[in-house]
Amino acid sequence: MSVWLDPPAFPDAARVMLRDSQLRHNLQRATATIRTKRAGVVSELPDWEELRLAGAAIKDDVLTNLDRYLLQVEERVTAAGGQVHWARDAAEANRTVTDLVKATGVHEVVKVKSMTTMEIELNEALAEAGIAAQETDLAELIVQLGDDRPSHILVPAIHKNRSEIRELFLRTMPDAPRELTDEPRELAGVARTYLRRKFLSAKVAISGANFVVAETGTLVVVESEGNGRMCLTLPDTLISVVGIEKVVPTWQDLEVFLQLLPRSSTGERMNPYTSTWTGVTPGDGPQSVHLVLLDNGRTRVLADAVGRQALRCIRCSACLNVCPVYERTGGHAYGSVYPGPIGAILNPLQHGTASARDRSLPYASTLCGRCFEVCPVRIDIPEVLVHLRGTVVDDKREKRVPSPELVAMKSLAFALSGVRRLAAAERLGSLGGRLLGRRGVISRMPRRLDAWTQARDAPVPPAESFRAWWGRTRTNGRAGSS
Amino acid sequence: MRVALFVTCFNDALYPRTGKAVVRLLERLGHEVAFPTAQTCCGQIHVNTGYYREAVPLAHRFMRVFDPYEAIVSPSPSCVGTVRESYRRIAERTGDEALARSAARIVPRVHELSEFLVDVLGIEDVGAYFPHRVTYHPTCHSLRGLHVGDRPHRLLQAVKGLTLIDLPAAEECCGFGGTFAVKNAEVSVAIGADKARHARDTGAEVLCALDSSCLTHVGGILSRQRSGMRVLHLAEILASEETA
Repeated sequence: MSVWLDPPAFPDAARVMLRDSQLRHNLQRATATIRTKRAGVVSELPDWEELRLAGAAIKDDVLTNLDRYLLQVEERVTAAGGQVHWARDAAEANRTVTDLVKATGVHEVVKVKSMTTMEIELNEALAEAGIAAQETDLAELIVQLGDDRPSHILVPAIHKNRSEIRELFLRTMPDAPRELTDEPRELAGVARTYLRRKFLSAKVAISGANFVVAETGTLVVVESEGNGRMCLTLPDTLISVVGIEKVVPTWQDLEVFLQLLPRSSTGERMNPYTSTWTGVTPGDGPQSVHLVLLDNGRTRVLADAVGRQALRCIRCSACLNVCPVYERTGGHAYGSVYPGPIGAILNPLQHGTASARDRSLPYASTLCGRCFEVCPVRIDIPEVLVHLRGTVVDDKREKRVPSPELVAMKSLAFALSGVRRLAAAERLGSLGGRLLGRRGVISRMPRRLDAWTQARDAPVPPAESFRAWWGRTRTNGRAGSS
Repeated sequence: MRVALFVTCFNDALYPRTGKAVVRLLERLGHEVAFPTAQTCCGQIHVNTGYYREAVPLAHRFMRVFDPYEAIVSPSPSCVGTVRESYRRIAERTGDEALARSAARIVPRVHELSEFLVDVLGIEDVGAYFPHRVTYHPTCHSLRGLHVGDRPHRLLQAVKGLTLIDLPAAEECCGFGGTFAVKNAEVSVAIGADKARHARDTGAEVLCALDSSCLTHVGGILSRQRSGMRVLHLAEILASEETA
């Protein structure tokens, strides 16, 4: 159903999304609301910057010693009665989970919202094996019922408004009353009834985890709706698919992230539900507990000295809510479950820059720097974006026929490599520009340059450059030559 | 003080009036301005688009040209940011230790114009006269890159005759983003249109900023809209004088 079939390059996908005025309106309102809430609760903490530094330092320690921590996790989870499975990639993880579910004999599982299982397209893999995966997070449910795709990490249905949701529920939920209005409370009530039945009959649940505490082998899920708590406690079997970067060494370290995460994601001081479980507790909760540790490109990210800071990410989505690009295009334009600034670096870091999408994502940013400013674990996203642009360009150099951009950039560098050449280029540009100018502006440029003038005027270059003026009027500027 | 002007290639070719304004302003304040004529470009366009290799000789050239000067002043936060931040990164990526060393040596002497006026010269009232309503857009590189803070506001507030009007959602990007403006032209314009709307809502005559490139983008939208609003670099306002 929601498979990302060969996603187009960002500029093409963005162009389509920009035409949706309803989407632009929804996004602007929703992101502005979360931004304001976040700013409010962050300003309450005098030690916010210290918390960010601590968050980054803890994650860096984990990433530096990941081999040791992962073995510790395996040992502690196993000792507590859980089973640990290692998955190199999406296919391996999906196979493991599918086999585990098949072994229980059930054909339906309930799920807690999990970015990791979306990343590996687990629901699709389960469907192929005849197993229906029921999403239980309200927004995920909306996305699933609508055969739609999530467009935000935290608010997956941010692109839908309530009247659209009402129609969807009436169409897809057999028990939804005909007189249902689009009041959020009523909509939530209908979803609640629908989901409650699923929770009570579920034998198997699938989750992700926000954190894994290495010292005890404890998994942690942070959520708002309580659907997670239902999934994590009611079924007999619990399978959690977790990225290898989710480890924190100790409970004391967890304390830092439980302050950073809710404030950064929902703009709350504390999220309503925090569930933790350590292996199996006899007679209480799931009696068969599995942890699937997923690589899927994460070790590739780890090998990149500049890019590895992206593995600090705790999926809060603060960077999406402040991004001027995301605010206009929404998440679908990024063609991945990880949209926005973090998606623009995570996707090419995890998968390389072979696809058109992954090559275009590092350029899907104005480098305005707001994402770095709000990131609770101080991922310098603009730095990684520029670093990845370097990788994309280096790939281009391998091509036998050089791209027009490479030729243009090399020519520019040549023009800038000497003042005589630069002055000549300036005279030429000035002449050309003045030929195109009408009433002081250029409103139409020749092909290949017309991206600028589609909706913007360009200035007519002056008759005399600064250096020409200086040379003509001053005599004291002869420092340096060539 | 003897000050070397790093005018930037963009201002050199497209906005000589900004460079001239810096010269006029600094000379009026009693300083000697040098223009090292061998300067070309800091390499920002290349680095920010991923062309590290092409940026290396430009970075070396910048060092060679400006190293003899005690104070280097530029009317472009993004170019100053390139020298301050990117040179170190280019050096790391290309393993160019000489570049890393000379960058570390020169960085403390490179100043953006508003930083230079307020921090180095210690002045806020530069004796300018500009009897117009002005709104100020803090560009991303000045605000989040260099952290110039309220220095430009203080300089503008001290200008005789000038009325400074707050820009709504001032800290949001204008959508220019260098080659982003053409690689993702539609998104760039969508962001810029909101900036232009906020600027027009102030009722100011002039939109002022520290980066000529951002002003070209927003100014291009304002011009296409026939808004009647002009864009000006801070230097041009500060250089304006009362003519008797």
